[in-house]
Amino acid sequence: MSGNPYQDDRGNKDRTITNTGGSEWTGAVRSGGRAERVNGDGPFLIGDGMTGGYGTGANILQDCTISVERGEIAVIVGPNGAGKSTAMKAVFGMLTLRGGAVRLNGEDITRLTPQARVARGMAFVPQTNNIFTSMTVEENLEMGAFLRRDDISATIAEVYDLFPVLRDKRRQPAGELSGGQRQQVAVGRALMTRPGVLMLDEPTAGVSPIVMDELFDRIIEVARTGISILMVEQNARQALEIADKGFVLVQGANAYTDTGKALLADPDVRRTFLGG
Amino acid sequence: MDFLNAFVALANFVLIPATAYGAQLALGALGVTLIYGILRFSNFAHGDTMAFGTMVTILFTWWFQSMGLSLDPLPTALAALPFGIVVTALLLLGTDRIVYRFYREQKAKPVILVIVSMGVMFILNGLVRFIIGPDEQRFADGERFLISARDFKEITGLEEGLAIRTTQGITIITAVIVVALLFWFLKSTRTGKSMRAFSDNEDLALLSGINPERVVAITWVIVAALATIAGVLYGLDKSFKPFTYFQLLLPIFAAAIVGGLGSPLGAIAGGFLIAFSEVSVTYAYKKVLGYLLPENMEPEGLVQLLSTDYKFAVSFVILIIVLLFRPTGLFRGKTA
Ligand SMILES: Nc1ncnc2c1ncn2[C@@H]1O[C@H](COP(=O)(O)OP(=O)(O)O)[C@@H](O)[C@H]1O
Ligand SMILES: [Mg+2]
Repeated sequence: MSGNPYQDDRGNKDRTITNTGGSEWTGAVRSGGRAERVNGDGPFLIGDGMTGGYGTGANILQDCTISVERGEIAVIVGPNGAGKSTAMKAVFGMLTLRGGAVRLNGEDITRLTPQARVARGMAFVPQTNNIFTSMTVEENLEMGAFLRRDDISATIAEVYDLFPVLRDKRRQPAGELSGGQRQQVAVGRALMTRPGVLMLDEPTAGVSPIVMDELFDRIIEVARTGISILMVEQNARQALEIADKGFVLVQGANAYTDTGKALLADPDVRRTFLGG
Repeated sequence: MDFLNAFVALANFVLIPATAYGAQLALGALGVTLIYGILRFSNFAHGDTMAFGTMVTILFTWWFQSMGLSLDPLPTALAALPFGIVVTALLLLGTDRIVYRFYREQKAKPVILVIVSMGVMFILNGLVRFIIGPDEQRFADGERFLISARDFKEITGLEEGLAIRTTQGITIITAVIVVALLFWFLKSTRTGKSMRAFSDNEDLALLSGINPERVVAITWVIVAALATIAGVLYGLDKSFKPFTYFQLLLPIFAAAIVGGLGSPLGAIAGGFLIAFSEVSVTYAYKKVLGYLLPENMEPEGLVQLLSTDYKFAVSFVILIIVLLFRPTGLFRGKTA
């Protein structure tokens, strides 16, 4: 632990989330339009050479780079404990980087709080505890749109069109839904800000293969609307099949980076990570 | 055998007082449960917060009375109540700024916050005694009864009288209004929903852009209102004494825990459960049984299960039973 005598291990709660220092509360939310590229022609979102760990602990990420182009799907795969979730949190500002930078649309956002990144059009579905279990499906969506002050009913309707089962269950507490439906609520909540980039940490964890295929289809559908997807996946093979770009992480560092197809074809990757 | 008189006696000495007391406990427990749900610690200073709010309300009541202001037939304290709430809200926001915020920023363990709240409790305790003194204060004025025992007997012709004090009526009506407002607020407003979201999943609330400091501030203001209202109603109904309010911590915590910490509905159910248990266990049933049983079987003793001196034992026993058999409380709150 970090040596803070007051602290408690409260799950994956990160002190940095509540860090308001250096934040820039714009309160503004992208309303679907495309933001202007400020400079350069780098990727839409990139965590570039990220190095860092939790609190004052050891570095978990070692010069790790992940990125996604506009409207594309990028997938991060790798063994358990490789630091995939940590890399996602780092991109979202939930832990303080000791090296490297995060850029959104060419703009350096390394110092922004997660809340400020939400306001800039980033959305994140954490691996665990990603819904409000005691609240209804519709309330979950409303909370996703908390920063918006305009009419959100059209966005709610869009989410229900994407996940029709949620429309039927909209008055039910989200905690009562099945695993796959909960993940739909989690993704739906994240979509409520009409983000430019959607980050998903293992959206298919713990769901049946049929539900998994269904979720992948929906994610592709979301990407087709122009939203970039940066996704961690356990089911590496299926995920790389739909990925424009793939990152294989091992012990917090990039092991392989290529297009999804190339990684699937790479004999080394196949042998080590895809089971032959 | 006289069922009617027996029932009237029971209503007079058990049902009505327990309902009023239950409403007071429920309001107190709602404050405890809200703090637990949002700030995630058991606030031991809650009893003394109630004492502080009541004290401020009494001071305003005296001031209003000295100016000749009156709500007759209602107690003047009702006019002073909003001022008591505002001052208490300022106190709680100040305490949060000076004390609790530091520990929140450290992400302190709940057990540390509990001990911190004990420190706050001692300070409030001293503050209240310093300002108004440790003695008992009675500040209820206005009409004493909605129905007096004598009127009731005259109207109904029954042997047994039923009295409903104004303060009991006010307690119940106020509690209903306050609870309805609170539930409406939590259920239907954007801010109320954001409080529930924060209580449900703090991290996700932050990722949704909910400002934690705002949620915390609003919670303290609501808690100030609940604590002051609970304290003033209790004081009107019985009397105000700082030490008694400190002692109320036990039944209030028992109510919140029995209902399920973090569950507002549970706090209300818990409040009534504790109140009814306490009053019915410490009531002497001789009179009621006297109406019900044939003359030759009339009980000799008082038929009192427990002396009123031991009323706190009731909360304690219920608390232990619930913690043993259903640690999350009747309404499945967070683990106590
Ligand atoms: N909140 C945390 N605090 C400290 N260490 C953590 C925390 N979360 C994860 N770790 C550590 O970081 C390493 C990478 O974990 P993680 O990013 O969750 O891996 P993956 O998602 O690839 O399975 C692991 O060694 C894990 O123990
Ligand atoms: Mg992970």
